[in-house]
Order: sequence, then C-alpha cells, then structure tokens
Amino acid sequence: MKRSRRQFLKVASLSVAGLGAQLAAGGMTKAAAAVKPSYKEDALALKAKRWAMVIDTREFTSKEDFDACINACNTAHNIPHIPGKTEIKWIWKDAYEHTFTDTTNKYQSKEIEDREYFMLCNHCENPPCVRVCPTQATYKLESGIVAMDYHRCIGCRFCMAGCPFGARSFNFTDPRPYIKEVNPKFPTRMIGVVEKCNFCVERLDAGKLPACVEAAQGKIHFGDLSDPESEVRKLLEENFTLRRKPSLGTEPGVFYII
Amino acid sequence: MLEKVLKGSPKYYMWLAFLGGLIGVGAITYLFQLKYGLSLTGMSRNVTWGFYIAQFTYLVGIAASAVMLVLPAYFHGYKQFKKIIIFGEFMAIGAVIMCMLFIVVDMGMPQRMLNVMLHPTFNSVMFYDMMVLIGYLCLNAIIGWKTLECERFQVVPPQWVKYLIYTSVIWAFSIHTVTAFLSQGLPGRHYWLTAVLAARFLASAFCAGPALLLLLLMIVKRIAKFEIGKEAIKTLTIIITYAMCLNVFLFLCEVFTSFYSNIPGHMHPLHYLFAGTEQGLPWVTYWMWIGAVMAIGSLVLLIPTSLRENMKILPWALGMLVLATWIDKGLGLIIGGFAPSPFETWASYAPTVPELLISLGIFAVGAFVVSILWKIAIDVKKEAGTL
Amino acid sequence: MYNSKYVISGLVIFLAVFSYPFWGNLASKDYTGPKLSLPTDQKQCIEPVEFMRSQHMTLLNQWRDSALREGKRVYVASNGATWDASLQKTCMSCHTNKAEFCDTCHLENAVEPYCWTCHVPPKGNE
Repeated sequence: MKRSRRQFLKVASLSVAGLGAQLAAGGMTKAAAAVKPSYKEDALALKAKRWAMVIDTREFTSKEDFDACINACNTAHNIPHIPGKTEIKWIWKDAYEHTFTDTTNKYQSKEIEDREYFMLCNHCENPPCVRVCPTQATYKLESGIVAMDYHRCIGCRFCMAGCPFGARSFNFTDPRPYIKEVNPKFPTRMIGVVEKCNFCVERLDAGKLPACVEAAQGKIHFGDLSDPESEVRKLLEENFTLRRKPSLGTEPGVFYII
Repeated sequence: MLEKVLKGSPKYYMWLAFLGGLIGVGAITYLFQLKYGLSLTGMSRNVTWGFYIAQFTYLVGIAASAVMLVLPAYFHGYKQFKKIIIFGEFMAIGAVIMCMLFIVVDMGMPQRMLNVMLHPTFNSVMFYDMMVLIGYLCLNAIIGWKTLECERFQVVPPQWVKYLIYTSVIWAFSIHTVTAFLSQGLPGRHYWLTAVLAARFLASAFCAGPALLLLLLMIVKRIAKFEIGKEAIKTLTIIITYAMCLNVFLFLCEVFTSFYSNIPGHMHPLHYLFAGTEQGLPWVTYWMWIGAVMAIGSLVLLIPTSLRENMKILPWALGMLVLATWIDKGLGLIIGGFAPSPFETWASYAPTVPELLISLGIFAVGAFVVSILWKIAIDVKKEAGTL
Repeated sequence: MYNSKYVISGLVIFLAVFSYPFWGNLASKDYTGPKLSLPTDQKQCIEPVEFMRSQHMTLLNQWRDSALREGKRVYVASNGATWDASLQKTCMSCHTNKAEFCDTCHLENAVEPYCWTCHVPPKGNE
C-alpha cells in the first residue's frame, strides 16, 4: 500500500507538471504566431557610433546656467523632487573635489576650485553597471549609450554598488507624488526600480539633441566621439579636458573642458 | 520521516509557536515594506545595501561551513564527525533558505524575481549566485535526507550519494567564493576590491559556521539528552581555531596593504570603521571595536589547549567568535564598502526598526526550519541507536 | 479501502465544487462582453480588432523591446501604415479615456496590468 501510494503520487505529479508545461508552451507559440510586424528607425534619428558629451565648465558661471539644464532634464523625464538621502537625480552639480575625486591638487587655481561641475551618467564604454545587472535591465546600445529598461529592473541595486560615479538613483518610495507637473510625453518610474540619465536616447531617436544640451545654448556639446571630424573631437583636441575617475578603465563618455 | 515533526513535547510546540509569532511580525512588517518601499529601511542613494545583504553574506558562510564536517568525514575517513554531519547539513539548509529570503526582501521589485531566470545573464555574478544557492540547497536536502533515511533503515547509502557528497564539498567552497565575487569585482569600492576577499570570506565562514553549529548542538544536547562526542568537539574546535587565526591574519593583511601603501582610497573605509570621521564617531566605530575585542578574546580562549578543552569556557569563546565574525563580515563589510561615497563624502547608515523586524522574522524562519529538521534527525537517530 | 464512506463523499463534494464554473454557466445567461468607449473620430485601430483584442499586450511588449533595445521606434503595421511605437503617444492619443476603455475590460477579466504606475494616461480621464 505504502509503496504504491508513493509511486502513484510520483507519476501523478509528473503528469501534472508535464501537462502544465505543454499548456504553457502551446500558449507561447500561439502568442508568437501573430501578425508579422516590422519595425524601423525614425528617418530623423540622429546616429553615432559613440555618443559623447563635452561640457565647457568655463561657461557655467551662474546658478541660472546650471538650473536651465537641470530643469530641462527634470521636465523632460518626469524626475521627482524627493528631498533627503533618497533623492533622485539624473544631472546635478557639485564642487570640484566631489566631481574629480582623484584629480584634486593642492594650491590650484582658486577659480577652478570654486567652480561647480555637472555630474551625470558617464555612459561608459566598459560600464560596470551593465556587467553586474542580473536581468539585462541595464544594457549598452550600439551607439554607446548605457540604457535602462525599467520594466525589467528587479531593484536589486547591484548596479548602484557597481557604478563608481554615483550616477544611479533608486526609487525608495513612489515617485509620483513628488512630481509637480507630469509631462505626458514621457513615463514616470515606479517604486522599487533604479533609474539614471539616458543621454536622452528618446530624443536622439526622434532627431533632437539631449534636453540639457539644448537648454545649455552652446555650453554643452554633443556628438560622435568616433568621428575625427566631429565637433566634440575638435573641442577635445583644442582644449584641456578631464574625465571622472579615468583610472578605473570604464572609459567615461562625458568630458569636461577646464 | 516527516511524521517526526508532528510528535513532540509541549516545549517543542511552544518553541515553534514562538518562532511562528516572530515570523508573523516579520511578515506583517514586510507587507508595509511592499507598500511603502525600501524607504522604510535606513538605506539611501549612497548606501544601497544594508542589513539585509549583510545577513545574506554572513549566512552564505554559515551554509558553506557544513563542509568542515563533510570534508574530514568523507575525504579523510574521519569517523568521529559522522554522527553530527547531518546537523551541519540541515543547518546549511536553514541558512540557505534565510539567504534567499534576505535577497528577496532586499529587492525593490520582488514580483519580478524570476527575471533573473527568464533573462539569464552570464556576465552577472548575481546569476551565478542564484544558481549556486539553489544547487547547494538541493544538494544538502537530497544528501541529508537520503543518508538519514539509510541510517533509519540501517543500510549503507547508495553509491550515488557519495558522488553528490563530493560535489557538495566543492560546491560549498564555490557558494562563498561567488558571494565574495559579488562585491570584490566592483571598481570604485575600495574596501571590497581585494583578491583576498574570497579567502577572507571562506576563513571567516569556516570558523563561524562550525562555532555556531557547536553552540547550537550544546544547547540541543541538553534538551534532547545525547552526547556529541569528546573527540568530535576537540577536532572541531581545532578547525575553528585555525580558521579564525587565518581570518584575523587575512584581515590584518588588508590593514597592512591599506596603510603601508598610504593610498587614501584604501585607507578611508578602515579609517571610517575604526576611527570615525572628522565630524565624530559613527555608531559603527563602537560596533567594529566590539568586534575586534571579541575576535582577540575568542582567540585568547581558543589557542591555549587547556582553555580550549575546558567545556565551561568553550561556549563563551565560541559565542565571542560568532559575534566577532558577524560584526566584521556583516554590517562592517557593507558599511565599509559604502561609507566612502563615490563623491568622497561620508555616507552614514543605520538599520531601522522595520528593517530589523523583517530580519528577525527571517531568522525565525531559519530557526523554524532548522528546529524541524534537527527534530527529525534526533528522533531518527535515537530510534536507530546512533546518537 | 478503509473509510470509504468519507473518502467517496469527500471526493464527490470536491468534484462538485471544482466543476462549478462549468455547470454553473450552463444555467446562467449568455456572456456579453463589456461596453467599451471607442474613439469617435477613428474607424480602425492600427491592426484588425480581433488581433488587437487578443494580442495587444504581446504587441506592446514587442514595441517596448524594439524601441528600447534596438532604437527602432516606428511600427509598420500589417497594412503598411506607420506608427510611433509608444503607448502614451500613439495608443492614448485615440483611446483618450483609460477608465472607459482599458479599465472596463481589465476589470471584467480580473487582470491588473500595472502600466499606469509609470505610463501617464491622458489628462481628464482619472
């Protein structure tokens, strides 16, 4: 009796599992065999092999200069204003010693030390956040942009531990109540996911430059780093620039003219 | 064998009910966390892992430590351990379950957990961590259950169990190595970016795990009235002592590398943990010093043979050792990794009450699982006359 | 078999409860789908109604992956018309009433997609 009951349970559970698997597989193939759709890029889309940003820090002198860019980004991407240590930020400003932590010299130019600097995601060539993400919710596009799929993020925050630039924010709480006016052209995020600057990939795909670049009115330059004729390459040749933490080998795509 | 769970003394049931209560408190608190998010915890933009991941890290070590009984018994034919191996394996099951729960409660979107399997990502250490944890859980469950069943019917375990046991030995080392790799491969986290982190993890696990096991066995043997075996305790405490020496040695290697090289980034975490900041001492400084004192204290009580073999002193030494390793590899490691922020500012962290209640609930789950499994093992062994 | 009295009567009760949806439906009226408020200025959706009804979620998943991962944000429908692969910018520009379009059907079918915790429905529809 005992043996046979045990065997019966074994056979029964296996059959149920098999049946379930078959049903699930059937459902999936049915869903896939739908209208054959096709997708294409927007004809206006701006393209590059390696997008990069050059910020002319000499030009940012007043609070308004910074605020114009920050506000443009916040509005474009529905970034909530959450006060305190759980804040969300895509682009923000900070002091020299916090921005260029391993390039701080003693007795350097007061003017440079007193300046403030933008910080944002560096869209690294070897992004540690992409390397560590267990679900490919963070991934690198062919254009060099490090993008995120908020639908897939499980909120493990491994990417935040991995990012040496502190470019990522986590939605510790529901962000909606902290957005004054929701921009209907872009989604918000939800509680429990990580977010960061996306180099305005949605604007580039529609033929527009990033929101902060547009708002900076020539103080931030954006272009293809792989193209020797591009404006950003010319600027890099002609000016002395810094990048944040270059010794880590992530190859940041944001350059600062000092 | 499952029927053993259902037949116990009133005390046994009261213990389970007590744990059930704690689990309930944890579960209710977790419902609040699901609603209000991780804002209920002390974590922030700059300290993105906290108490949960600290417990996860520590408990993977506890799980892996079963190998310190399995290895001598099966690789070297050391018979004295055979009696207590099952307790190590069953404790490992409880520990792995706690690990998994700590990962789940740490997630922002736990309902999307299966994405890790739906979109397997071979460049992410987290993927491998999930694999090795599930594998280790299965290995220990199958091995433990089968060997206990064979003991009950007084037959020799089938050959395939032996191969699984050999696999589990290597697997145990791998689970804790992979856990260390979660942290030690991240650029910009100086406290973790060190090749000896995995070695440190293993050393700390191989002293803390057996120490915890021995402590628990000492309690349980009084309740269930059985003998662990003098030889077994003697050998196990020697293993614990060596592993703890190695653990402290590896930590001192870190201290030397950081301060002799004089590289600020490498000194910052240790400085923060043990000497605080310019603004004052964070709570974690007292915490770390308690750990340091406990570590030295435990070694003082464990290294001299006369003290180590004194059964009155041993529990104290083991308790201090468990506490020291828990402080060092738990919150100490997490805070040391995050406190110097990417902007070279100090980021503070302290767990909140909801965070601690949820953790308490998870510890209660672990205790519940281990209690039930040990109950089965003890009853079966008593019946078979092998305890 | 021992306790056959209890086992068999238990099984019968279980089967009766388990099969309730089948025999319960035999007695009730025919099912009529919920009334949706459809856009007045458009005759046709981007794909045939049947397809949209059963596959809109699959389509939206494909839109998401194509737009976010491949940068292909233009959808070429089976009739050759092109659309912006965007829930907010394309779908909601016609289906401006989320409550009377999306929610009616989702409620009836007891599905709770959480699109709207992030995506923004048109104003005046809450």
